[in-house]
Amino acid sequence: MWFFSSPQVVYGEGALSYLERLQGKRVCLVTDATLLKLGLVERVKEALAPTGMAIDLISDVEPEPSLETVRRGAARMLELCPDWIIAVGGGSVMDAAKAMWVLYERPDIQPDAINPVEILGLRQKARLVAIPTTTGTGSEATWAIVLTDTLERRKLGLGSRENLPDLAILDPELVQGLPPRSTADTGLDALTHAVEGFTSSMHNDFCDGLCLQAARLVFEWLPKAVADGSDLEARTHTQNAATMAGLGFGNSMAALAHGMGHALGGVFHVPHGRAVALFLPYTIEYSACGGPGAGPTRYAELACFLGLPADSEAEAAASLARAIRQLEKQVGQPRSLQECGISLEQLRAELDTLTWNALGDSQTVMSTRIPDEAELRRLFLAVWEGARIDF
Amino acid sequence: MALPFPSDPWVKALMEDLNASPTYLDAARNWEGDFYFIVEPAGKLAEPVTLYMDLWHGKCREAFAAEGGVQREPVFRLRGPAATWKKVMTKQLDPMAAIMTGQLKLTGNMAMVMRNVRAAKELVESCTHIPTDFPV
Repeated sequence: MWFFSSPQVVYGEGALSYLERLQGKRVCLVTDATLLKLGLVERVKEALAPTGMAIDLISDVEPEPSLETVRRGAARMLELCPDWIIAVGGGSVMDAAKAMWVLYERPDIQPDAINPVEILGLRQKARLVAIPTTTGTGSEATWAIVLTDTLERRKLGLGSRENLPDLAILDPELVQGLPPRSTADTGLDALTHAVEGFTSSMHNDFCDGLCLQAARLVFEWLPKAVADGSDLEARTHTQNAATMAGLGFGNSMAALAHGMGHALGGVFHVPHGRAVALFLPYTIEYSACGGPGAGPTRYAELACFLGLPADSEAEAAASLARAIRQLEKQVGQPRSLQECGISLEQLRAELDTLTWNALGDSQTVMSTRIPDEAELRRLFLAVWEGARIDF
Repeated sequence: MALPFPSDPWVKALMEDLNASPTYLDAARNWEGDFYFIVEPAGKLAEPVTLYMDLWHGKCREAFAAEGGVQREPVFRLRGPAATWKKVMTKQLDPMAAIMTGQLKLTGNMAMVMRNVRAAKELVESCTHIPTDFPV
């Protein structure tokens, strides 16, 4: 038994105007200070104007939102009593909004206890709309919530199927101003979702097609979106790829690149998409090496779909890893931890924390090959160096 | 020789396996909380059986079949039919998928669970090491 969950997705030019159809009394917009300055929040407010609903704002969500930010936002929602919550932003904003919504509906729950096991009984007070302003996180289409425990310097993979947004609005005009670096970071996040969603131990028929097509769209359109942000066609395809990959991995889980990326982000604050994509070619190589307890991989099917050499799993894994590294180079992304600006001394000083947090990450255990502590340490050191994985 | 599941000898064998496992010790080094594993009737199993395990920082301090109902107030309870337990312990069903889909019902301190997913996985891995005679 398993599930496939999806919000209603409204996409394409003019999609933002769909907001005028919402009915209710009070909206709480959740966003961040940058988007407020850029005027994107104002555009959302204008789109909401015909509804006549009162609009309140929570605009202090930081990158890698903390448990405390979520508690504070939920407390504000309890004062405001919205019947719609609209997240306008990237993954951090959308994840924070999901968690605030859960705590608004269920003040008895702590944010780090939001889990996929218990019945929460959401939608008694409000519903959630997600409007992404980046093209990669896929958070608009998943129930996943990533929050940071700042005391433990650890990212927590949380979420309940119930906290999936009701509505995702993909308007390419909202992402035209996204800077090239953020476009690359988030676009490669989408690629990581697509690859891991297709290859995780929880892969399934419903998600395979979404992941395959999302991966193909990223390879084809991300370089164009990075090179020319005003290219609306490229923006549209990368935005669609992000949501499709979100639906894909959100219903099949991610894997080791996410486990390692979360650990890295928690300690060194590398942006999420950059972190997970950095590890992806290495974790593909590691998974393809197999070993005791390792499950079968599916790189040949994926590489073949992408038009890469794929006569065997080994060849497919190598060609896929190579193609990802080439794409990362093309869009100006780091391909090793040292290229991320982390010194070997810094890495060694944090290696225990990184290893422990990656081992305990909820996505690591979804990999077809799960490393032990010694292997994870070797992996982090190899990724620092940029060495191919052959163990 | 296969041990009957669920039973006192079986859960004591699991305790022994866990306490000999460096992998479990590492995975569960932050874990604090005792468990009731409640196996609901099916096949040759006519009555529900409750297995108790006191899991503490990578070690199992105590384990027994809790005969005659409640003997402790554990932090966690994991409940499901014998057939589902068998699927999980024979690796036909991923333990996380079993819990996430409600085939095994978990109650307790969920913040602890969400931070220690690997510990749960390793616990199940140890279950697969015990030669077991299932009631279904």
